[in-house]
Amino acid sequence: MDIRAFARFDPNVLAKPLQNGVSRRAFLKAGAAAGGGLLLSFTLDCEEGDAAVGAFAPNAFIRIDRGGAVALVMPQVEMGQGTYTSMPMLIAEELDVELSQVRLEHAPPNDKLYGNPILGSSQTTGGSTSVRAFWEPLRRAGAVGRNLLIAAAAQTWGVETNACNAEKGEVIHVPTGRRLSYTNLVDVAATLPVPEKVTLKDPKDFKLIGTSVKRLDAPEKVNGTAQYGIDVRIPGMKVAAVAACPVFGGKLESVDDSKAKTVKGVVQIVHLEDAVAVVADHMAAAKKGLAALDIKWNEGQNAAVGTTDIIAQLDAASKNPGVVARKDGDVEKAMAGATKKVEAIYQVPFLAHAAMEPMNCTVHVRNDGCDVWVGTQVATRAQRAAAEVTGLPLEKVQVHNHLLGGGFGRRLDIDGVTRAVQIAKQVSVAVKVIWSREEDIQHDLYRPYYYDRLAAGLDEQGMPVAWTDRVTASSILARWLPVAFKNGFDRDAVEGAVRPPYTLPNIQVEYVRQEPPGIPTAFWRGVGPTHNIFVVESFIDELAAAANKDPVDYRRALLDNSPRAKAVLELAAEKSGWGQKLPPGSGRGISVQFVFGSYMSQVAEVAVAKDGGVRVQRVVCAVDCGMVVNPDTVKAQIEGGIIFGITAALYGQITLKNGRVEQSNFDNYQMLRINEAPVVEVHLIKSTEAPGGIGEPGTAAVSPAVANAIFAATGKRIRKLPINPSELRSV
Amino acid sequence: MSYRVKVNGMDHVVDVDGDAPLLWVLRDVLGLTGTKFGCGMALCGACTVHIDGQPARSCITPIESVGSAAITTIEAIGDTPTGKKIQDAWLDLEVVQCGYCQSGQIMTASALLASNPQPDDTAIDDAMGGNICRCGTYSRIRAAIKQAAQPDTRRGG
Repeated sequence: MDIRAFARFDPNVLAKPLQNGVSRRAFLKAGAAAGGGLLLSFTLDCEEGDAAVGAFAPNAFIRIDRGGAVALVMPQVEMGQGTYTSMPMLIAEELDVELSQVRLEHAPPNDKLYGNPILGSSQTTGGSTSVRAFWEPLRRAGAVGRNLLIAAAAQTWGVETNACNAEKGEVIHVPTGRRLSYTNLVDVAATLPVPEKVTLKDPKDFKLIGTSVKRLDAPEKVNGTAQYGIDVRIPGMKVAAVAACPVFGGKLESVDDSKAKTVKGVVQIVHLEDAVAVVADHMAAAKKGLAALDIKWNEGQNAAVGTTDIIAQLDAASKNPGVVARKDGDVEKAMAGATKKVEAIYQVPFLAHAAMEPMNCTVHVRNDGCDVWVGTQVATRAQRAAAEVTGLPLEKVQVHNHLLGGGFGRRLDIDGVTRAVQIAKQVSVAVKVIWSREEDIQHDLYRPYYYDRLAAGLDEQGMPVAWTDRVTASSILARWLPVAFKNGFDRDAVEGAVRPPYTLPNIQVEYVRQEPPGIPTAFWRGVGPTHNIFVVESFIDELAAAANKDPVDYRRALLDNSPRAKAVLELAAEKSGWGQKLPPGSGRGISVQFVFGSYMSQVAEVAVAKDGGVRVQRVVCAVDCGMVVNPDTVKAQIEGGIIFGITAALYGQITLKNGRVEQSNFDNYQMLRINEAPVVEVHLIKSTEAPGGIGEPGTAAVSPAVANAIFAATGKRIRKLPINPSELRSV
Repeated sequence: MSYRVKVNGMDHVVDVDGDAPLLWVLRDVLGLTGTKFGCGMALCGACTVHIDGQPARSCITPIESVGSAAITTIEAIGDTPTGKKIQDAWLDLEVVQCGYCQSGQIMTASALLASNPQPDDTAIDDAMGGNICRCGTYSRIRAAIKQAAQPDTRRGG
């Protein structure tokens, strides 16, 4: 999500970039502005008992104990995006330790210590922000540690600090070649004052950053030992299967659980206001027990809701003026003077996240406290949710975070934690609640249905002189972060639409809020841009067609003020063989974007069969995401993000009928599979600019490239996702 | 009812109903959590194990159907030559992202390679098409299978 979205509601949210060599006073002040990302006090970490006494913990991210273990505490969670490799790289680079020396720990919930400076200083992993947010604070954390260890060595030897260097976990006295391991220095280092100045390395001296270091989490993920939330095993623990009212907002009326209680292994049936859970020794019994329940629901006021009604409501709302997100020039005058006017309505559907690890959470509620084991993108929100349900004070709730079997925004919400704690409150032992895939899909919080009206006026040369875009949808921010939702305006909903990279002298972008009845909506990989880039990049393609110009030439002519965007456009076009002939029924389409702080252009090559079936054969991506921490991670994120985006473009849609989600599992909520996956080529542009985000741009850029390629292949414009093959049929 | 099952070379006796899916016996009764739950309907492949060397979706395999067959899970697949090759290729080409589906991917790929030492793209599509990866690691999965299928040149092939 856009940094600005969160900076506006609180001017202190954004950390001012820290300059190298700032004084300690400035450092502390700046650190506080960044949400206290650095703990500069020296504390002996005694939480783990005697073994940790004497540990050197210069800040919240580093602990080196006498035994030689270097523990790095990860402020951001690992959900596949490689942050458990990139974050340690940032610390290790400046601390001068080898990655093979470090052990990673999940951070406990603590906004003060681990807050993400881009996301309101809350401990949140999302919005492709990890490297952008922690690029400076984690390097600084490492540099503080290194300086103290060097000072400790210098004091031990009785030499000047500037005669010493650090390398691979050792301090070296350069003139004599003497060496001391960090582990021999921790006791002295822990007594020294915080350095007045820390200097970060010049990027040209980076040893780790910029290299394709192997993922630290890969070995345990190929041998089955990786621990996701769903893998937690607590002594004496039970498991639970759950069924929530299939209609949003409905309640449990009655349940006959007599048969379920006779199922071998079932130990308890838990009745909640809007759900039933079966607690058992193992999940086979819990599921069997759940299936044996005779449940009557009071479906409530949303029992008749259907997608058709929701779309009709969005259409009606979209005819009203919205909150103005951007207004440059005089759109009305420019439109009136235009030679040609192009208008279009674009629609994208509700989407479920369908992370491979279904929603789950393990909870042990006791009189004096509560433990929560879960994989979450929002550890402090999870802690607050458990405190709220149990009535316990916050500090009595321990959240043990885990690897995430996919996040994609789903685990930015804590409904799964709330549900598990509700159940665990009625169970005397720890209980692991696992949702079935059907529950996971039918009780998701969905990517909003967006309904967008666009219009453009073209001059005699066919170039845009006026551009209007009115986005109509529910507001995620109003629910998820109400403080960021002001005056009816949701910045996330229009991100990617407000500032296209093109020179558009007269532009007006509006947002109309229209909430679907009962349907909760949430962030989904690529957030605002995933829908807006599809719309903007499809519409600019429409304008190129209306002007009878080549889509690449048309865009290039509008990118004089955005050289980095122009560079990725040209590189993607060149590498894709833009302009070269393709067989009949095939076509190439292009997109270009600047979102999440990264520039990206993609060219998709598709083949449309006579029956209308679409096959994406190849995607060429050019990216300029500034300085790169791990090039292979960047490539992997783009490769995967593209698959995620194609899945949505070809298959993704959640529909409702009689208040119920119609999709339930991977047979009717389809995922792209290996036999449908295109060849993906990623070309990185070397850059010394600040790092940009990379987890989501690939997803946002691909659907318009595919839709534009279909237009090139068939002459049919895709204005509604998912792509409907019956509309592309040529026989 | 009690069932005797042989998992990763060890015999276990489990006291569950006969219709209990092997997946939950492995995960909840025997504590082998490397095998993952994804869909419960054999649609995603996350729960793939080997039964007498053949890939099987453990989420729809009732324990009573297993009999005396030898079950191999991700925890032990590295002890087989093809399993080890697949795991090494997975690490070499950095296949994993979130990693949740990878136990199933590796089990399916190991079975493929054991039965077809030189799989072409079609064979890979046929074998791996039942395994979903939401992170979209498909191109690397394909490349890793091909790499694992290479004769080991270091030992002279």
